[in-house]
Amino acid sequence: MATIAAPSYAAPADYSVGEGWRSWLGTTDHKKIGYLYFFTALFFLMFGGAEAEMIRWQLRAPNQHFLTAETYNQLFTMHGTTMIFLVVMPLSAAFFNLLIPLQIGARDVAFPRLNAFSYWVYLLGAIFISAPIFFNAAPNAGWFGYAPLTTNAYSPGLNIDFWALGLQILGISSLAAGFNFITTIINMRAPGMNLMRMPMFTWMAFVVQFLIVLAFPVVTVAVVFLVFDRFFGTNFYTIAAGADPLLWQHLFWVFGHPEVYILVLPAFGLVSEVLPTFSRKPLFGYPVMVYSGILIGVLGFGVWAHHMFAVGLGPIADTVFGVTTMLIAIPTGVKIFNWIFTMWGGSIHFTTASMFAIGLVGMFTIGGISGIMHSSPPADLQQTDTYFVVAHFHYVLFGGSLMGLFAGIYYYFPKLTGHLLSERLGQWHFWLNVVGSNLAFFPMHFSGMLGMPRRVYTYDANQGWDTFNMLSTIGAIIVGVASLILVVNILISRKRGAIAGNDPWGAGTLEWSIPSPPPVYNFAHIPRVTSRYPMWDLTSPHLTSDVPHSKAGDQSIEVDVAGVEQGHVGGRTASAQPTAGGRGVPVDSGARIPTAAELGIPIPYTTTKPFFTALGLTVMLSGLPFAHMDKPVVQYVLLFCGASLLVGSLYWWLTSPLEPEVEHPQHTAH
Amino acid sequence: MATSALPTLPTADVGHGYTTTGLPHRKVAIWAFIGSECMLFASLISTYLIYKGRSVKGPFPHEPWTDPANGHVFKPILNIPVTSCSTFVLLMSSLAMVLALAAVENRDKPKVSLGDKILGSSRLWLLMTALLGITFLGFQAFEFTSFVHEGLSIRTNLFGSSFFTLTGFHGAHVTAGVIWLLTMLAIDFKRGLGPKDALNVDIMALYWHFVDVVWIAIFTLIYLIK
Repeated sequence: MATIAAPSYAAPADYSVGEGWRSWLGTTDHKKIGYLYFFTALFFLMFGGAEAEMIRWQLRAPNQHFLTAETYNQLFTMHGTTMIFLVVMPLSAAFFNLLIPLQIGARDVAFPRLNAFSYWVYLLGAIFISAPIFFNAAPNAGWFGYAPLTTNAYSPGLNIDFWALGLQILGISSLAAGFNFITTIINMRAPGMNLMRMPMFTWMAFVVQFLIVLAFPVVTVAVVFLVFDRFFGTNFYTIAAGADPLLWQHLFWVFGHPEVYILVLPAFGLVSEVLPTFSRKPLFGYPVMVYSGILIGVLGFGVWAHHMFAVGLGPIADTVFGVTTMLIAIPTGVKIFNWIFTMWGGSIHFTTASMFAIGLVGMFTIGGISGIMHSSPPADLQQTDTYFVVAHFHYVLFGGSLMGLFAGIYYYFPKLTGHLLSERLGQWHFWLNVVGSNLAFFPMHFSGMLGMPRRVYTYDANQGWDTFNMLSTIGAIIVGVASLILVVNILISRKRGAIAGNDPWGAGTLEWSIPSPPPVYNFAHIPRVTSRYPMWDLTSPHLTSDVPHSKAGDQSIEVDVAGVEQGHVGGRTASAQPTAGGRGVPVDSGARIPTAAELGIPIPYTTTKPFFTALGLTVMLSGLPFAHMDKPVVQYVLLFCGASLLVGSLYWWLTSPLEPEVEHPQHTAH
Repeated sequence: MATSALPTLPTADVGHGYTTTGLPHRKVAIWAFIGSECMLFASLISTYLIYKGRSVKGPFPHEPWTDPANGHVFKPILNIPVTSCSTFVLLMSSLAMVLALAAVENRDKPKVSLGDKILGSSRLWLLMTALLGITFLGFQAFEFTSFVHEGLSIRTNLFGSSFFTLTGFHGAHVTAGVIWLLTMLAIDFKRGLGPKDALNVDIMALYWHFVDVVWIAIFTLIYLIK
C-alpha cells in the first residue's frame, strides 16, 4: 500500500539549474531534449519573424529601397525556410518529445540517444543554413529551391550550396526522429493503451512520423541530384542535356505537400487535446478524428501537382489533382466540425490556451476555404504566384500551425516547466496575435486578386495595392509585438510563474497524472489504461460515461498521483472546477519525489556521443562549399575530419551501453 | 488529509523490457527504416525511368551510338552477362546471411556431424556474406571503370547521371552492409555471437536482404528491360 501524506507545495525541480552545460550536451532525457527543441525553435521564431518584419517594411509602400532586390530574395527564402524547417517542425518536435512518452505512459522514447542525435543535427543544420545570411550569402531561390533556377548556371555562388546541404542535414534530423517516434508509439504504449485509446495528439504525431519517413527520402533524392549537379557536373537539371524542367518540381512537391500536413497535423493534435479539456467534454467523434487524420496523411501523397497547375500538365492531370485536392477538404472539414461539436454544449473555459485553439478553428477554416479555391485549376491560374496564395498559406500555417502550437505552449508549458504562463500576458499575446495576423494576411487576398505578384521586392504606385500593403505591414508589426510578448511571458514565467501542480487544467490524459515537471522516469509505476481519459475516469467519471471503457486492470493499488492544487488561471482557480483533478498527494511521505535509483528504474547514461556524431556529419558536409571557393585543402580537411568524427563517434556510441543493467525487479507492490 | 477522494490510476505490472507488441524496439525501427529506404530507391529508380531515352547524346544503355562529331561508334553500355554474375553473387550472399543468422541463433545446440559444424559456424557464414558482398562491389567497380573507359561518365549524359547515381547509391548501401558485417565478424571472433546477439544479426540480415531486393528491382528495370 502506498503511504498517503500531505500535499506538496514544493517548487518544481528546474532542469536548467545546478546541472551545468555538460548535462545539456549529454542529455538523453526526452523532456530535456524537448526543452532544447522548444527554446531553439523559439529563437528561430524570432529570427524568422525579424526576416518577415524586414520584408513587410520594404513592402509598406511603393518604390521603397530599404532592401535591395538581392537581400530581399535572401530574406523571403530564409523566412520560408526558417519558419518551416527551423520553427514549426522543431516546435512540433518539442511537443513530440515532451508529450508522446507522457501520453502513452512510457519512461522515454525508444532510442534516447538517437533522440539526442536528432536534436543536435537539427541545431547544427539550423546554424549551417542560417548563418550565411550574416555574410550576404543566404539561400535566395525560394524555400522550394526550384531547379534549374538553383543550378550553377543560374545560381552561381554559395547561397544555394548552403540551402541544399542544410536541407540535407535537417532531413537527417527529421528522419532519425521519425523512426524513433514510430517505434515509440508502436512499442511503448502502457498496457491497455490500445490504438483507439491513444490521445489525439499522439495519433496525429504518429501520422506525421509516417509522412516524414516516407516524404523526406524523396526530397533527399531531389537535393542529392541538385548537389551532384552543382558539385560533380551531373545533368539532372540541365535542360540542354534533355533534362525535364519539371523533375525537381515533381520530386519536391511529392515531399512538399505531405510536408504541409507534417506542419499542421501536430497543431491539430494539440487543439484536439486543448478543446476537450476546456469544454469539459470528451473529444467529439474520436474514431472519425483518427480516421480523418490518417486519410489526410494518405491523400496528402496524391495531391502534389496542385502546386504545379500553372506549368501546364494537361487537362487530365489537372483534373485528377484538382479532384484529389478537393477530397482532402472532407477529412479536414470533419475535423473542424468535430472541434465545434466538442465545444457544443460544453462548459467552455476561456483560457489563453483554449482561445488559441478556437482561434485555430476559425483562422484555419479561412485558409482551408481559400485552399479549396486553389484546387480548381482555372481559379488557381488566376491566383498562383500572387499574394492571394501568400494569404492562403499564412492562414493555414500561421492561423493553423502556429496558433495550434501557441495553444499547445500555453497548455503544456506548465507540464514542461512546472510553472504556468501568465494569463495576463497571454491575453495580450492572443488578442494582438489575432488582430495583427488578420490585419497582415487578410488584405493579401485583395492585393493578390488585384494582381500583386509574390517574391518581387518592390512595386509601382497606382495599381491599387498601396493601402492593402500598408495594412499588411501594420498587421505584421502587431504580430511582431505579440510574439515578443510571448517570449517575455516564457522567460518570466519559466521561473516565476504560478506553480502548476500536476494538473492545472483538470485534464483527462495520462501526462497530467504525474508531477510537473515530470521526474526523470516520468511514471513511478507504469499505468494500466482502461479508457481514453484515464484521469477523468477518476476525477470526473460523468464526463466519460459515453466513452468506451474496459474493466481490465481495475485492481489498482498504487496512488501514483503526486501533486499540488495551486494551479490558478486568470482569476479562476483551475482546481476550483467541480471536476478538476490534480489534487492528489505524493506517493512518498513528505514533499519529495522519489529518485529513479530509489525506485530501481534504470536511467540512460548521459552521453555526448550523439552530439559528436551530429557534429561530424555537419563538419563533413560543410566541407563541400569550399569546392566552390577554390580551397580544395580546406574542403578535404573538413570532409576527412568530419567523416572520421562521424564514423568514430558512431562506433563509440553503438558499442557502449545505453543504461545500467537492472539487478532487481522494480515492482514491489502487489 | 482525506484519502477517499484521491485520484488513483490503475498500475500495470510490467518489467523494464516491456514492449507493447512484444517485438524489440530495434526490430520495429528497422522496418520503419526499410519503409523509408523504399521511398529513397523508388525516387532514384523513377528518375532513371523518367530519363530513359531522353539523353540527347550517347552512349546509351542498350543501343549503339555513333557520335556525329567524329563518327566514333559506341557499343551499348550495359554488359548483361557480367551483371547477371554479380546479381547471382549478391543473391547467394543473402543465402549466406540466412545461414549466419541461423548459426548465431543455434549456437548452443549440439553439433555432431561435420555438416552440423559447417552450418553452425557463424564466423564462416558472416565471412562468406561479407566476401560475396565485396565480390559484388568488385564487379561494380569493374563495371564503373569499364563504362568510363567506354566513354560514359556521370557527367556524359542523362543516362550516365541517373545510372551512376542510382547504382552508386545501391553500392554505398552494400558498402555500409559490408562494414556492418565485418564489425559483427570482429565481435564474433572477439567473444562469439550467441542467441542473445541474434537480434543484432537479425536486424543486419533484414537490412542486407532489403539491399538485395532493391538490386533485383534495379537489375530487372535497368538492365533486363530494354
